[in-house]
Amino acid sequence: MTASVPAVTPAAVEVHGVHKWYGPLRVLEGVDLTVRPGEVTVVLGPSGSGKSTLLRVINHLEKPEIGYVSVNGELIGVRRQGDRLKELSERAILTQRSRIGFVFQNFNLFPHLTVLDNVAAAPVATGRLAKPEALALARELLDRVGLADRAGAYPRQLSGGQQQRVAIARALALRPGVILFDEPTSALDPELVGEVLAVIKDLATSGTTLVIVTHEVGFAREVADRVVFIDGGRIVEQGPPSEVLDHPRHERTRDFLSKVL
Amino acid sequence: MSEPPGAAVSLAEAPAADTPPPPLTAQRVVPLRRPGRWIATAVVLVLVAQFAHGLATNPFYQWDRFGYWFLRPTILDGLVITLEVTLYSAALGLLGGILLALARLSRSPVLRAVSWTYVWALRSIPLIVVLIFLYNFSALYRTLSVGVPFGPAFFSFDESRLATDMVVAVVGLSLNEAAYAAEVVRGGILSVDQGQHEAASALGLPKRYQFTRIVLPQALRSITPNYVNQLIGLVKSTSLVFYVSLLDLFGTVQTMGSTYPGDIVPLLLVVTVWYLVLTSLVSVAQFYVERHYARGATRSLPPTPVQKLRSALKELRLRARREAAV
Repeated sequence: MTASVPAVTPAAVEVHGVHKWYGPLRVLEGVDLTVRPGEVTVVLGPSGSGKSTLLRVINHLEKPEIGYVSVNGELIGVRRQGDRLKELSERAILTQRSRIGFVFQNFNLFPHLTVLDNVAAAPVATGRLAKPEALALARELLDRVGLADRAGAYPRQLSGGQQQRVAIARALALRPGVILFDEPTSALDPELVGEVLAVIKDLATSGTTLVIVTHEVGFAREVADRVVFIDGGRIVEQGPPSEVLDHPRHERTRDFLSKVL
Repeated sequence: MSEPPGAAVSLAEAPAADTPPPPLTAQRVVPLRRPGRWIATAVVLVLVAQFAHGLATNPFYQWDRFGYWFLRPTILDGLVITLEVTLYSAALGLLGGILLALARLSRSPVLRAVSWTYVWALRSIPLIVVLIFLYNFSALYRTLSVGVPFGPAFFSFDESRLATDMVVAVVGLSLNEAAYAAEVVRGGILSVDQGQHEAASALGLPKRYQFTRIVLPQALRSITPNYVNQLIGLVKSTSLVFYVSLLDLFGTVQTMGSTYPGDIVPLLLVVTVWYLVLTSLVSVAQFYVERHYARGATRSLPPTPVQKLRSALKELRLRARREAAV
């Protein structure tokens, strides 16, 4: 099941032998994962299996105890010196994160800024764009997620689904090579899930590399190029949805799917 | 469905046999009468009227002397000193408080310990002791120098010349104020949701931007009421600077009182009214600052008093027109 990656184009995301623990609690126990550019990977697994932690290790919100991560060929959070890995400065890590989009379960929009400013803030703060260009880009992105008319509103004046669409626009404003979604629809009322999934599907078809942690098995079947099933901090199996979802080879995968379907 | 039609008819007629209920035409509910509340209100009104009457007519208060003193230049000079001391100490105290709060929240155990110890010490020592201590500082240390500890001094200055009464007062109040402000600011920063820190760092926003644009504006919403409380305490604490021979509002009144012993009561009324005015101004400012930082926190902002007044007047006019039409 290991994907062979051509030497010329580096993997969009490469997770290499990652272990993560909090005190005595082992969350990830040796995870290897390769995501090719443009690929849509959906990570499934029971709660507490380590799937959110895996996502947070990729953009270095969590430091792995052992192992390393690279995004588009660049090591994240560390640099190589000879045969050793040394921690990067906070500033360098922040610069790396600005190239990786992250969408949270609870949206985490900035409540004191308008929708437009939420989207325009990062490109200005990181020095990528001047304010007028950033605002123009923000308007364009809000239009793309169908919220051009709510630019002047504050996040709390929006529904959950609208807030999550703004959060996606905010992540897109930095033109990231990879976007990570951490259960993007889990905090939404059932009737609002569809509008967020539609936006993500639109991104998936446009060729952006996506890694999505979700419980929406139907959505996984529809958009995923690859489904990864994780349990107990280890990848149990991975492959195209037709294999993993329809003909799972492992008992634990079958067990999980029978519960969520 | 299965019941015979006769059964349904008898069921509907059963209560009608007892007392025929007339069709309900009332649309409004008559509010419950509360005689207890009316009695309490009347009693309180009588007491308030008595107090106001006493205040106005009792010769003890000497309102004519109050009028004489209220805008005297000496009193206004004292007021200016009070304002100056308050403003400087509030600004320096808040700045110190922010630094102490950041030190307390930092990952360095040394910074955390120093900040904790400072707050512990300055909250333990009475302000008046701090002030008098500083006042006598020039006797303890003849010169104050800035340099490497136990090494060469970069520059030094004569303590007794530097430490004017104003400097002693402002430094003393600021040291005290910073300790309390530190806790207010720390509480405010801790009240900001962890998800906000995560979102800011996931977007790669520079550290300074994260603090000044994302965390602090949200923290200020809970810092403002607490700090204003602190500020009102500070306005009154400035009356202690009299003991380091600075003639603030209270100090002036105290001195005038010993020169004109017959006017002590009207003079005390003068300070009371001035402190009321200062506190009211701070409260008005608080309302607008809080309203500013409430943006986005509530779905719609609370109306300002002016807006409230305007809508009340509009309501009144509408009601008058309605009644005129009837």
